[in-house]
Amino acid sequence: MSSTVIEAKNLNVFYKDVHALKDVNLNVSRYTISALMGPSGCGKSTFLRVFNRMNDLIEGCKITGSALVEDIEIYNKETKVDELRKKVGMVFQKPNPFPMSVFENVAYGLRINGISDKNFIAAHVEKALKYAALWDEVKDGLKKSAMSLSGGQQQRLCIARALVVEPSVILMDEPTSALDPISSAKIEELMYDLKKEFTILIVTHNIQQAARISDTAAFFYIGELIEFGKTKEIFTNPKNDRTQNYITGRFG
Amino acid sequence: MTHLDTELQLLKKSIIEMFALVIHQLNKAKDAVIKFDKDLASDVDINEKRVNVYELKIDRDCENILALYNPVAVDLRLVLAALKINYNLERIGDYAQGIALIVKDTKRPFEKELFEKTKVLDMFYMSIAILNDAMESFETENNKLARTVFTKDEKLDEINRKANSALSELFINKPEEIHQCLNILSVIRKLERVGDQTKNIAEEIIFYVEAKVLKHRNKTKEK
Repeated sequence: MSSTVIEAKNLNVFYKDVHALKDVNLNVSRYTISALMGPSGCGKSTFLRVFNRMNDLIEGCKITGSALVEDIEIYNKETKVDELRKKVGMVFQKPNPFPMSVFENVAYGLRINGISDKNFIAAHVEKALKYAALWDEVKDGLKKSAMSLSGGQQQRLCIARALVVEPSVILMDEPTSALDPISSAKIEELMYDLKKEFTILIVTHNIQQAARISDTAAFFYIGELIEFGKTKEIFTNPKNDRTQNYITGRFG
Repeated sequence: MTHLDTELQLLKKSIIEMFALVIHQLNKAKDAVIKFDKDLASDVDINEKRVNVYELKIDRDCENILALYNPVAVDLRLVLAALKINYNLERIGDYAQGIALIVKDTKRPFEKELFEKTKVLDMFYMSIAILNDAMESFETENNKLARTVFTKDEKLDEINRKANSALSELFINKPEEIHQCLNILSVIRKLERVGDQTKNIAEEIIFYVEAKVLKHRNKTKEK
């Protein structure tokens, strides 16, 4: 198993005339949390969305260069999007549970992949909910509507939904920005546990959160990757003045 | 200017004020030795309380900045350096007080010959000069000036070493002056430690400006 899970080589993304990502080269190691930081419009979310091909849906989007997940070129014509998304789970800014039961929310990913064995599904739903540190809170109400859960529980449910197909990578786009501090802290603790078995790429506007949870951090500015390195080094001695100005709150 | 910037500027200002206070204390201690002025020595002794008050204030300011603003990178390095410089300055304040107490306890003025042979006055001037350099390099973030402290401290060490043989000679030739010799030896040791503390301060300034850790490197060349 290669130590690099995510790889970008000379990656460029255009939205019609807008050059959103410029020649980005970046490798993410297995079982790490990497934080993507930068001011709004810097390209960090675009970068994240490259890796499960969510940008495909945007009209006029053009991608050049190379983007690999587990050594598979994800923009290769032969690469199937549904196969890719088994390897790459995604969690969004706002919790977005489906209007169905807690159990069915998590089972969904298995069912659409053609799995119908009830015992297999039940075992995997339980495992995913345990991974997401939600099992103890919902085990007696699996048939209840997911909409009845609190915001923090809904977000952990969405994480369980992403985990049930056992991806190697989890992409998180500001997963705690809509949550209260206690729920955010729970998600951060959860991420720390999850990196034992998954590789996490997270976009965050919360610089202190990036410092607390990530092993490596990237700073993007106007589509360019300005600096990528160990979080400890970025937050104690960044090499680039723009990184320093951003993390110390002097611009952005 | 962000709130954090304002807090850091105030912290820097407090450190510079503490530098000035400690330099003032050391200058007074020097004059007390030269003029054998017990009133000046008492001033230094009493003023030591002000140094301690500054130390506590700066400690509290650093604690607040860390807790409330979560500084990172150069800002974090400034707060960490400020904490250590604060400690080093307080120690220098203690040495100034220690010298003043020696003057208070000594019965008659020091012999000029003792000053000349031990070069204790050179040590005073040099230790005050490098402390001034350290203050200026902190204020202006001048890492080159901070580096000059290392070589100057070596000169202080050299005078300290030579003072031993000068004093041994005096012990033999003027046994009646042993008490004075021992007091001057004690002053010399304190000034040598002032040099060491100033060297530590210079290391912290370089850590703040360049993010380089120089501690526990033996050779000046490496610095």
